[in-house]
Amino acid sequence: MRRDLIFTLAAMAALLAAGLYGYFGDEPFYLTLAAKAAIFGLAGAGLNIALGYGGLVSLGHAAFFGIGGYAAGILASHARNYEPLMTWPVELAGTTSAPVIWIVAMLAAGLFSLPMGLLSLRTGGVYFIMITLAFAQMLYYFAVSWPAYGGEDGLSFYVRNELGGLQTMNPWIWFLVCYAILAVVLVLIAILTRSRFGLALTMARENPLRLANLGIGPKRVLLTAFVISAILTGLAGALYADLNRFVSPAMLSWHMSGEIMVFVILGGVGRLGGPVAGACVFILLEQVLGGFTEYWQFLLGLALIIIVLMGSGGLAGLFDRSGAKKGAAHG
Amino acid sequence: MSVALFFEQLLNGLQFGVMLFLMAAGLTLVFGVMGLINLAHGSLYMIGAFACASVVAATGSFTLGLVASFVAAAFAGVIIEALVLRRLYRRDHLDQVIVTFALILVFTEGTRWLFGSYPLYLDIPTPLQGTVHLPGGIDYPLFRLMIILVGLLVAVLLFLAVNRTRLGVRIRAGEADREMIAALGVDISKLYMIVFALGAALAGFAGALVGSVQSVQVGMGEPVLILGFVVIVIGGIGSIGGALIAAILVGITDTMGRVFLPMAFAAFTDPASANATGSALASMLIYILMALVLVFRPSGLFGEKA
Repeated sequence: MRRDLIFTLAAMAALLAAGLYGYFGDEPFYLTLAAKAAIFGLAGAGLNIALGYGGLVSLGHAAFFGIGGYAAGILASHARNYEPLMTWPVELAGTTSAPVIWIVAMLAAGLFSLPMGLLSLRTGGVYFIMITLAFAQMLYYFAVSWPAYGGEDGLSFYVRNELGGLQTMNPWIWFLVCYAILAVVLVLIAILTRSRFGLALTMARENPLRLANLGIGPKRVLLTAFVISAILTGLAGALYADLNRFVSPAMLSWHMSGEIMVFVILGGVGRLGGPVAGACVFILLEQVLGGFTEYWQFLLGLALIIIVLMGSGGLAGLFDRSGAKKGAAHG
Repeated sequence: MSVALFFEQLLNGLQFGVMLFLMAAGLTLVFGVMGLINLAHGSLYMIGAFACASVVAATGSFTLGLVASFVAAAFAGVIIEALVLRRLYRRDHLDQVIVTFALILVFTEGTRWLFGSYPLYLDIPTPLQGTVHLPGGIDYPLFRLMIILVGLLVAVLLFLAVNRTRLGVRIRAGEADREMIAALGVDISKLYMIVFALGAALAGFAGALVGSVQSVQVGMGEPVLILGFVVIVIGGIGSIGGALIAAILVGITDTMGRVFLPMAFAAFTDPASANATGSALASMLIYILMALVLVFRPSGLFGEKA
């Protein structure tokens, strides 16, 4: 537990350092990258609840990421064009208020995850992977073929959404907003995993039969975890759309699902700060390898294969072992 | 809606379904025997298509191209099995997913590196160009008809191989009890390699056939891979017969939906919105089908109870 906390604080400190470097070095590009890392970290933290704590290998989290993104994009574009979102049965206007958008994004992702989770949890194991992937893909094709919000071309909105009186277009402010949200969510996840529910979730992963014998239905626990996980990833999607001021079906594509999973794996599955560390490393790799070749994903793929085959448990695993060695030397 | 159009689309759906079967068969065999979920199966499909395109460009022989697709995909399959996947059989699904996802990145970007991002087009050999008159006044492209026949032939051969040969006995035994057949003296790692190569070859062959109807391009395997998963979920993992029926069901549902749903909507709304609604709904149709199957038979139409 303590190592987990230290690791999380280290990852968050590193991310903050990157932001500070961007701010004081007057490098808005680094600030945008740091904000992107915070958002990806948040998306990964969401997936980690299902994947790490609940053992649910979901290859469909791009669905929630994209739903969050589209919630932001659709609400903002309606507000800016002064078109009501719907006129029947009640007239609903769009909005550019970020908190409202975040809540709508989380609600929408949560609502979609409920039937998706219910259906996917009817089976388990490898079926679960394929079914979550398929549902996300369904949404992807829907977004591509539905012309109202840009279809394949996506949807642009030119100004970031409003949050109080903050200058959200300022990269430093926007980084701080994303960072703060990430920090709050990590605290909430820490509380959640230590709660009664968190313990039940761990047992639902490790020994569902035993949990059932204690009078708690494992399916319900897992479904709850899946929905919470979707809600957080949806929030990350809304932030990501605002970061780019653009949403497109690419946010729903299964490459996105794979990438969110990569953040978790690189950082450490089931570790609080894992996804944050993983997202930072991913973006670092993207920048460094991308400097060598435009085919940097080729090298990323090779690196991933080696990392997973070595079975290191991600950065968090490396951190633990280096700590264990030091501990042995001191002891 | 004319009857001819209906039958033409039915044949298109059948052709699509048969190709999906070639993909799904490999996926389901590999999962059934080795317990491995292989996302990189779509890459093997792509490799087959590119091998075929390259060989046809170099030699001008379509037959050689098809042979090359088979051989190249099997060869690539054997290499990734021996170098990477073999280490994953005992790992959990998460490791398998992430490593095979990484393999996709390697293959996709590697192919882009070698061939560029532009699609290649394969010329259908002259004797197979043109159309045939089918009863009912349908003119159907000969090449597509051939694909259906070849696909069904492969399905029959595969069915016979799994159910009537010594190798098939071993494959089925491997699905039932891995440790036991190892104890009975079957070289399990050789069996795994054969199964993997077989699945890979089928995927590559499908890639070459579909590539010659559509186009050969980077990333072509991924949509088909996901449809392959849908087929397996509907048919039930490990069941070749289930995969065949589910593949044809998915192929026909998808093809017919894309053509006839916009038409159906046009009957009661204006053409533009009918087209939008119809095609959006059509793109979701097979997933809705999958959801329905899951509600009533969670382990697929022909799957054993989990």
